[in-house]
Amino acid sequence: MIKSRFRNFSIGSTMLWIIVFVVVPYVFVMLFSFLERDPVSAVAWKFTLDGYRELLSPVFLKVCWYSLLLALGTTAISLLAAYPFAFILVRLPDALRRMLLLLMIIPFWTSSLIRTYALVILFKANGIINTFLLWTGIIHEPLSMLYTQTAVFVGLVYTLLPFMVLPIYTSIQKLDWRLIDAARDLGATSRHIFFRIILPLTMPGIVAGSTMVFLPALGLFYIPDFLGGARSMLIGNYIKNQFLTTGNWPVGSAASVILTLIMCLFLYVYFLSSRKAHTGGMGDMA
Amino acid sequence: MEKPPIVCLQGVTKRFDDVKAVDSLSLDIYQGEFLTLLGPSGCGKTTVLRLIAGFETLTSGEIFMNGSRLNGTPPNKRNVNTVFQSYALFPHMSVFENIAFGLRMKQHDTKAIRGQVMDALDIVKMAGLEQRMPHQLSGGQQQRVAMARAIVNKPQVLLLDEPLSALDYRLRQEMEIELKRVHRQLGITFVFVTHDQEEAISMSDRIAVMNEGRIEQIGTPIQIYEEPENMFVAKFVGEINVFEGRVREVNNGSAVVDIHGEAFPVQNRKKFGVGSGVKVLLRPEDIQVTVEDEWANGEPSLVGRVEEVIYKGKTVDLIVKLHGGETIFVTQFFNEDQENVIYREGQRVHINWLYGWEVVL
Repeated sequence: MIKSRFRNFSIGSTMLWIIVFVVVPYVFVMLFSFLERDPVSAVAWKFTLDGYRELLSPVFLKVCWYSLLLALGTTAISLLAAYPFAFILVRLPDALRRMLLLLMIIPFWTSSLIRTYALVILFKANGIINTFLLWTGIIHEPLSMLYTQTAVFVGLVYTLLPFMVLPIYTSIQKLDWRLIDAARDLGATSRHIFFRIILPLTMPGIVAGSTMVFLPALGLFYIPDFLGGARSMLIGNYIKNQFLTTGNWPVGSAASVILTLIMCLFLYVYFLSSRKAHTGGMGDMA
Repeated sequence: MEKPPIVCLQGVTKRFDDVKAVDSLSLDIYQGEFLTLLGPSGCGKTTVLRLIAGFETLTSGEIFMNGSRLNGTPPNKRNVNTVFQSYALFPHMSVFENIAFGLRMKQHDTKAIRGQVMDALDIVKMAGLEQRMPHQLSGGQQQRVAMARAIVNKPQVLLLDEPLSALDYRLRQEMEIELKRVHRQLGITFVFVTHDQEEAISMSDRIAVMNEGRIEQIGTPIQIYEEPENMFVAKFVGEINVFEGRVREVNNGSAVVDIHGEAFPVQNRKKFGVGSGVKVLLRPEDIQVTVEDEWANGEPSLVGRVEEVIYKGKTVDLIVKLHGGETIFVTQFFNEDQENVIYREGQRVHINWLYGWEVVL
């Protein structure tokens, strides 16, 4: 009785939280995306598709395209960095491995906003890196690192890398190393073993990690803002600007809905591939 | 076996940190034989297999195959294949792809691969299941696929690492027969690792009994069972009763041993001298039990009391407590002219055996 009351309470309070702070605001966003703009009260209660029509403009499509490229690039770089790292991590002695995992996770106890500011301090014209390089005499005038595409990539990869490492690490850890013995026994070279055994069997981790990097990379607006300046407009920045700068709530809402749909699409793909990996059946092996 | 051995291990030692898993072991394996490495867990039998397969590197010693030195040759360059303990089938590949894996590593003719895979499936009686995924198969079927995946590569030597240990009793007996059939059909050399002495005895041409990284005895199942060379082999392979005795007199090839004051004539192959302490070993089925009332002759015997009668259908097992102190285990077969012999708990019985059925160590 007490147990079930506690259960009802904990589930109920979580549900209430989600409803108040996620569902209700999102219903408003969807609602606003179909309303007319009003200079005084932000939206006027009149149905229109103008919000979406405006998104068909080349500006927004370019923003979308650029966001996708940036998110894909970030995912690719993270994957290339995370996979070997996770692989080495699994094979390290226990103590060292735990320390490295901790070192990777510790920064996440700090707000990512603050960490992005830290990157700004590193990259600035009179920042730490430039000061050091000038002092050593390697360069004679400061490099312009801040407000470049590279800085944006560095910032995104730095922030999102652990989300790639952890799922891949888990999937490599679950790998049955006897399968590698079996493959070698059957004449497979290292290359064959990697591409035919290790890669397919760790694919669930790769897909999970990629999803967890790609989706936030689409929406993170403050990293391109701080590190890329005004040059790189992403969907996230676009939405932020519509609400806070332009004051065009219907267009901002419509863009939010589109972003959500894109994410849902990718989540669906992820769901399909993970279900396939599951029926591929690693768990059933004795 | 005059032919040169196909695999030859010479003074092979494998050390893991401070532990000697295999200790200067030498072994010749001949073309076409079914050789079993039998021993308790941790005796080094699997390590020997992994050394032959190339998964482990030798600490010292040498392995030859067809006369050429194999040290340092990686597993993918050795003409041996392994059936792993828990099969290690690739979970993301169908039965067909699992079996074709080894062939794909070496050749590219898809049509030829298909034919060979189908042949292998036929041999293990799995035709028609090639599109299944490993997790859709029963334990016995997975076992068959693991076999097919190895034999399709036509290895000179097939290594089997406790392949039956994950199966239940009935399936294990069925697979024992299957393995023997495949062995006969292919004519390739099998090196089989097991801790199950019944499995070893019923399947092997030769058995190497291992203990603590060494071979205690190597021989045919009959030699291992009937003429164990030491106490370890005697006790590890089958049930055995041990009587402590002392040699009273020695004759030509035989001796008289005193056990609890009774003088038993025994064979003296190991040439024990008068006065030396010996162990007389007897298998449960080699002991004769006679109830007191029917004991007419004056031959030497040990007297005891039946403690337990276990009816087994084909046989009856008796646990007999001897007056000398030992508790022994006896198996009696029902025999036509003794039909009325029914043992009861508490009965006084005489124990003896036929000259030559004993082993003296």
